[in-house]
Amino acid sequence: MYGKGLRALSLATTVVLTGAFALVFFYAPNDADQGFIQKIFYVHVPMAIVALCGFIAGGVMAIAHLRTRAQKWDMRSYVAIHLSLILGVGVLVTGSIWAKASWGHWWVWNEPTLVSFLIIFLLYACYQPLRFSIEDPERQARYASVFAIIAGAFVPLNFLAVRLAQAYTHPRVLGTTGGSLPGDMRLTFLVALAGMVLLFVTLWKYEMTSKHAAMQLRALRRKLAGDEAPVRAAGRSAAPAATLHARPDTH
Amino acid sequence: MPALPLDEAGKYVAAAYVVFIGLILVYVAIMATKLARIERELEELNELADRREPSP
Repeated sequence: MYGKGLRALSLATTVVLTGAFALVFFYAPNDADQGFIQKIFYVHVPMAIVALCGFIAGGVMAIAHLRTRAQKWDMRSYVAIHLSLILGVGVLVTGSIWAKASWGHWWVWNEPTLVSFLIIFLLYACYQPLRFSIEDPERQARYASVFAIIAGAFVPLNFLAVRLAQAYTHPRVLGTTGGSLPGDMRLTFLVALAGMVLLFVTLWKYEMTSKHAAMQLRALRRKLAGDEAPVRAAGRSAAPAATLHARPDTH
Repeated sequence: MPALPLDEAGKYVAAAYVVFIGLILVYVAIMATKLARIERELEELNELADRREPSP
């Protein structure tokens, strides 16, 4: 069951995120260079890290789907990418707010980190239309998995390319040589990152539970109607199709 | 650029955190509508089951 442990996870997420925000505003000092505006980084950077890791996790789950052909992996990959896209919107908006306050512009096209994240976001923005364009559920899942794997491999490559780029105008929260954050700011950042990871896992489980329950219901409806045939979700959908029987082994 | 004064920086920081909280709230609201749909379907199924096997 995907709902198992969801309550404890939700509580942990609430406690850690609340603690992180308390640390941000009552414990972490203002940055000597940027001042108060640097507080945006405690939500912007963890969101970016978790979104990128979510894209990679979606690719890893897609590999599991292609290896096993089990629909549950396609569903898991879909939900991970879907959530990462939502976080990606947050990253772009909060990043733009910081850029406006710090650089005086909402967007700077010659900044590699910004543009590379936008490229990744736009790449994944094609994921749902790709799924929607394929009606056959098997083919939809297979093509989506191939897409998720290739795009997932592109994420770390893109990250490395940006790190190796010459223009280091984007501030680095965690540097490659141990970082330049003082201890109290580093602690705050790490708690915020932990909160964001917990939030992602909680929402992932939340959505998986919801989708699994909807699938079970559709399968049960078909069974009650006297038809033992596999159930297909009504109409075309970007979400993985429900091809479960009444008591599916989805774990 | 020099650091913005607190009264000016505050609105940008608040906006960023409001965006984050807003995204989560919108997501939870969408999930709540899906949950309501599941509940409706469950009620329909319950009625269907009652019709098939009327209680003695």
